[in-house]
Amino acid sequence: MKRKLLAATGVAALAAMVLSGCASGSAESEAASCTNEIKVADAPQVSVWAWYPAFEQVVDLFNETHDEVQVCWTNAGQGNDEYTKFSTSIEAGSGAPDVIMLESEVLSSFAIRKALVDLTEYGANDVKGDYSEGAWKDVSSGDAVYAIPVDGGPMGMLYRQDIFDEYGIAVPTTWAEFEAAAQQLKDAGAPGVLVDFPTNGRAYNQALFAQAGSVPFDYDNADPTSIGIEVNDQGAKDVLAYWENLVDEGLVATDDAFTADYNTKLVDGSYAVYVAAAWGPGYLGGLSDADPDAVWKAAPVPQWDTANPVQINWGGSTFAVTSQAKDPELSALVAKEIFGTEEAWKIGIEEAALFPLWKPILESDYFRDLEYPFFGGQQINKDVFLPAASAYTGFTFSPFQNYAYDQLTEQLYAMVQGEKDSSAALDDLQASLEKYATEQGFTLK
Amino acid sequence: MTATATIVAPAGRAPRERRSRLDVRRQRWGWLFVSPFLIVFALFLIFPLFYAFGMSLFTTGLATGTQFTGIGNYVKAFTDPLFLEGMLRVLAFAVVMIPAQLIVALIAALVLDSLVSWLSKASRLLIFAPYAIPVVIGALMWSFLYSPRFGPAGTLFELFGLPAPDFLASGTVFYSLVNIVTWQWSGYYMIVIYAALRSIDPAIYEAARIDGANGLQTALRIKIPMISSSMVMVITFALIGTLQFFTEPVVLRNIAQGAIDAAYTPNMYAYSLAFSYSQFNYASTIAFSLGILVFAGSFVFLFLTRKQSGLK
Repeated sequence: MKRKLLAATGVAALAAMVLSGCASGSAESEAASCTNEIKVADAPQVSVWAWYPAFEQVVDLFNETHDEVQVCWTNAGQGNDEYTKFSTSIEAGSGAPDVIMLESEVLSSFAIRKALVDLTEYGANDVKGDYSEGAWKDVSSGDAVYAIPVDGGPMGMLYRQDIFDEYGIAVPTTWAEFEAAAQQLKDAGAPGVLVDFPTNGRAYNQALFAQAGSVPFDYDNADPTSIGIEVNDQGAKDVLAYWENLVDEGLVATDDAFTADYNTKLVDGSYAVYVAAAWGPGYLGGLSDADPDAVWKAAPVPQWDTANPVQINWGGSTFAVTSQAKDPELSALVAKEIFGTEEAWKIGIEEAALFPLWKPILESDYFRDLEYPFFGGQQINKDVFLPAASAYTGFTFSPFQNYAYDQLTEQLYAMVQGEKDSSAALDDLQASLEKYATEQGFTLK
Repeated sequence: MTATATIVAPAGRAPRERRSRLDVRRQRWGWLFVSPFLIVFALFLIFPLFYAFGMSLFTTGLATGTQFTGIGNYVKAFTDPLFLEGMLRVLAFAVVMIPAQLIVALIAALVLDSLVSWLSKASRLLIFAPYAIPVVIGALMWSFLYSPRFGPAGTLFELFGLPAPDFLASGTVFYSLVNIVTWQWSGYYMIVIYAALRSIDPAIYEAARIDGANGLQTALRIKIPMISSSMVMVITFALIGTLQFFTEPVVLRNIAQGAIDAAYTPNMYAYSLAFSYSQFNYASTIAFSLGILVFAGSFVFLFLTRKQSGLK
């Protein structure tokens, strides 16, 4: 009997060891599991989360050229998938990487949770001159700098030359011409529509509003508990009324963006125009079921007032150092330098179709004159995206941007469903965001 | 080992005063054998439960930091229109979905029970098959079937010259979800009911037949009353599952973000609060409130059906 008891205790102890072993094992493997190969084994490592295409080559390049630090890279998901994991590890107090890829729109949301390191202490201002003012404004709040810019999303209009030719449509340069083109396409009985107006466009919709002068948020991390909210300003209302009209007239589609249906429709001719950011061509190139006869061209985004053109931005990403970083100094070095060479950017541009914000390559002849086979050899940077990028002046996001976008989607959907008009939708959005901000303890400016 | 276990069982039922030292020692063995389960249960269920309850008593504002607010969050939750609407929505799902699943499962089980052929075995397997598909994959599959572009509906309706219905519009997505769940779970409930039917003594059917009952009468008057305890169990499972409705709407939300909002069901609301809006405290409150309501709901249901289920 006694022996049995001993055996049983042994089993229980073993079970306990296996259980606790699981827990500690995962913590260790987190530091050790890199997607990439470490080139200098005894150098300190900095863990990085990022989802850029072809990023492994960039990491390899960095590791081969640095003896003092090595990057250990993991792809923790794209956009919200990564943010969810990051957010959970902030709450848990551990598990976050040292350096993380974040879109500029979420920087304030994480900065307010004290999850990001102010990089001014670690030499961020030394590289300030390498970026445009608009790009730098997107990563800073007050005096603090929360990330190093990587790629941008200046917007242009990608269109199907073949469809335009077939129906005799001239490339629109203003939104009024854009509407006329949509009407023309419909009157000619085309199978598709001119463009999609996705209610879940989030940053895309916001960018369209911003073009007419909408400044939805007034927020500065120097005074983190007060925020100005004006999502229903005249600019936003004018733009949304315009799209509401197009939707009511049946001139545009209202499909959800980023679904399998939408991806197919983008490339099979269902939409003749894709109002896109500079990363849009890369996105299109990766989609299947494309119309083999498609002829794509890029043109500047239509304007409200051609005398005072306004350029807008959709997306774009940065590298931030998290407050859980073991060595903020080294981490900041990685954030600054990983996309800080021409070789790295050649990979970024040619393999990943990124739009660089790093001036030495952004202003190079190489980038300006690059011909894109997808656009029949058109120099889209020179024609469209470089002018758009240089005129961009930056944008202020709220510290609860994800919530704001979800609410925007709800209101736009209600509008498209005919439950309310565009003005009421924006007023309701304003009310819900004000309520949320107050609940979260902000004072409204 | 088996021997020890079988000895322990009767000892456990013995009256308290007659418990000898030997019995006590054997009881220890019993505890030892259940301990692997108990440890995991305590570590991953009981402890998180208390932890979540503790969290739900605090409030964290983005701009204010964390404060102790007691039941403040619960007052907020039970007056939060998003939570209450979600609750009403899952109740509506329960009203539509549970009878739908039950009727399909019951009819299938009754038919299969009265058939004796290779066809019955094959159909049994086929009806059960959807349950073997992981929920996420099932929902993804349906999301493609519902898709206006990839789904078969467009082609089918075109044959008759009709426009295809939009399965993902705000008015129809409810029934699209009901369909997915019914497809997935009816087979499972069918197996439970079928097993109960099989355990009925065939002599009873014979007696019924001698008394002149036809097939339908046997089904309605003999079979269904005799398996009522299984039916109660099936409904309880379905009720709890429906009130915690989560996976299917989350998957469909990827292609219908307007029709399915972030607070479509209470569980989804808790999830978005915690992981999209980083309001972990309020999310715990919503999760706990849902737990309380589910517990109360199943308790009331089991109380009302205590006669059928044999609990009384």
